[in-house]
Amino acid sequence: MGISLGFHIVFAAVGVALPALMVIADVLHARTGDATYLQLSRRLAKGTSILFAVGAVSGTVLSFELGLLWPRFMGTFGEAIGLPFALEGFAFFTEAIFLGIYLYGRGKVSPRLHLAAGIAVAISGAASAFFVTLVNAFMNNPAGVAMDGGKLTFDPLAAMFSPSWAYQAVHVLIASYQATAWAMVGIHALFLLRDPRRALHRKALRVALPVACLTALLQPLSGDRSAKHVAQAQPLKLAALEAHLHSAPGADLHVGGWPDLATGEFHGAIAIPHGLSFLAFGDIHASVTGLEAFPRDEWPPVLAVRTAFQVMVGAGSALAALALAVLVWLLRKRRLPDGRPWLIALALAGPLGFVSLEAGWLVTEWGRQPWIVRGVMRTSEALTSFPYQAAPFWLFGVVYALLGVAVAYLLARQLVYAHRASERA
Amino acid sequence: MNAAPISGVSWLLAGVIFVALCLYFLLGGADFGGGVWDLLARGPRAAAQRRAVEAAIGPIWEANHVWLILVVVVFFTGFPPAFAAISVALHVPLTLFVVGVVLRGSAFAFRASDTEGDVQQRRWGLIFSSASTIAPVLLGMMVGALCSGRIRISDGIVTGSFFTPWLAPFPLAVGLFALALCAFLAATYLTVEVTDEDLREDFRRRALGAGLVVGVLALAAFALSGQGGPRVRQALMLRRWSWPFHALTATAAVTALAALRARRYRLARAAVVAQTVLILLGWGLSQFPFVVVPDLTLMAAASSARAQRLLLIVLLAGLPVLVPSLIVLFRVFKAPAPRAPPP
Repeated sequence: MGISLGFHIVFAAVGVALPALMVIADVLHARTGDATYLQLSRRLAKGTSILFAVGAVSGTVLSFELGLLWPRFMGTFGEAIGLPFALEGFAFFTEAIFLGIYLYGRGKVSPRLHLAAGIAVAISGAASAFFVTLVNAFMNNPAGVAMDGGKLTFDPLAAMFSPSWAYQAVHVLIASYQATAWAMVGIHALFLLRDPRRALHRKALRVALPVACLTALLQPLSGDRSAKHVAQAQPLKLAALEAHLHSAPGADLHVGGWPDLATGEFHGAIAIPHGLSFLAFGDIHASVTGLEAFPRDEWPPVLAVRTAFQVMVGAGSALAALALAVLVWLLRKRRLPDGRPWLIALALAGPLGFVSLEAGWLVTEWGRQPWIVRGVMRTSEALTSFPYQAAPFWLFGVVYALLGVAVAYLLARQLVYAHRASERA
Repeated sequence: MNAAPISGVSWLLAGVIFVALCLYFLLGGADFGGGVWDLLARGPRAAAQRRAVEAAIGPIWEANHVWLILVVVVFFTGFPPAFAAISVALHVPLTLFVVGVVLRGSAFAFRASDTEGDVQQRRWGLIFSSASTIAPVLLGMMVGALCSGRIRISDGIVTGSFFTPWLAPFPLAVGLFALALCAFLAATYLTVEVTDEDLREDFRRRALGAGLVVGVLALAAFALSGQGGPRVRQALMLRRWSWPFHALTATAAVTALAALRARRYRLARAAVVAQTVLILLGWGLSQFPFVVVPDLTLMAAASSARAQRLLLIVLLAGLPVLVPSLIVLFRVFKAPAPRAPPP
């Protein structure tokens, strides 16, 4: 399950964001008449078709795997989480339909319908990510669940909009655009480093860099709101994120380093006095509940969660800093940054969005353990009674490894073709 | 038999699942069938046959495939314990089926977008076509297992073996039957869709052959059902509706073959669609009210009335988005080629 999700989430994120970038290229082509944008949009469409197909099938796997791996979870909570899944199904349906029209209809349908199909793909992609995130928000912070005569009963609407839904949905959507846009920036920056005169890559930067910078600057704000919400709603998760052992007023924030869970001390970390209290509650004297306040057997794997959290925040901060620098340059010079040092920086930033996305996903999944639905059902209770769990694990592992290699190889080839076909400006 | 009456909403949801399953089989099943003909492409026009299959599937396979997701989602929201029980009991074939679906879809997309190199394309094509062949067999085997009466459940816990319910002659016969039906559907659709007369003749011959195989395998599955699925066999023979129903199905089958012989392709396509829906309906009716024969009924598996009602509302709310979009999709890609330019 973990492998499938970790794999799928990459394609899901790209499926949300790439169509939007593709449509931006289309719109720029319509407005400027510059054929390079059309060429770019076609390449993006190729990439979208490959990635969407893999995203679609890996998503199908997930809908089955929910049952294959966690039948008791699905047997119990199926009705509680079914509504967002059904809505996601419709969003996904719309996405698949209009992607078909967009990809195969160029030149066959009117340009207006073609563009409308592209926009429909972009919107429904975002909608499906939104609905799926509602399910995850429910698992983290369940609502609408009651015990009635020894049997769980549900209010599906309350479950669909559990208290965390808005925080998580915004965070996930921004993350998808951010990761994809930075990846695109990074790739084209690499090509420009090799051959700075290709118009295609310049235009690609013009499409992706604004999205990348905007999301990189928005995401820390969304993250801060999320963290404050987590501090209120899930104090144990916050304590795990920061490996915060003892409850205390005016808690310090520790950046980097390695926590010692026996003593609550940090080795080699930079301590920011009162930082944690301020970030969590907006008050430097607020008391932050420590791990000790909770039963030991309800702690998530603290070291793993904290490490993932540090990676997420670190990568996100680096991108935000770079975005800020780009913005300053843009305001002063009135053109996109294109010197070699800039391109090197952009190329290095390329993978960080996805690093941050995957780390963030690990934070939310590990951070919820040992619960599958926090406070209601443990992951161990949800597991299937099918005895040979190792076999499907390895099977899916191998299948996904092969798919990953194939996709990377195909995309690389697409890019090389695009590079060769593009004209020197 | 379970005495609890089935609620109206449960009826409707079961209907939704049935309709979505039919559409999945008619559309997605035909895509599987396309893979079979890709695998079996022979003769001087083998490459053209493969191109025809690819052109027919390309724009629509992803949409066709979402019907399956709809089935799964309505199933686990409306009847969660049944979904859980089936996921455990049929863990192995479900996993293999899902791997087949993954490989088929991604290999097809890779092949379509890999612009250079025939060897590469052929390799992706081979994965696509073999996965397309294996997946419907597994799907049929699972259906066979569900109505065999060999999956036992007590108190929501699956007690039987993980292999014997589906690894048996009867489910295997149902699986091969499903495969043949997919191939029959695909070849018949293709006779309508291709524009080249020689290609049409190729697919006509294939459709006729597949149609005969469907008949033979239907008889084989029925013969094996005495041993493999006694309850369903009884229902298929003894209910009031049984024999008129079989007569109807047989009429559709004969019409399909006769229309193919007479080269009346549109009629053949309609008859094959009718035949497929009737076959699925026969399975559904003979198994009703059980989801898993003989231990789990629809009533026992239904989720709360409120959850079911909300699900139904969501489904109804989704239709105004879905139906027009689908109509546009099929209008664009499946409309007959214009005979004359518009004035």
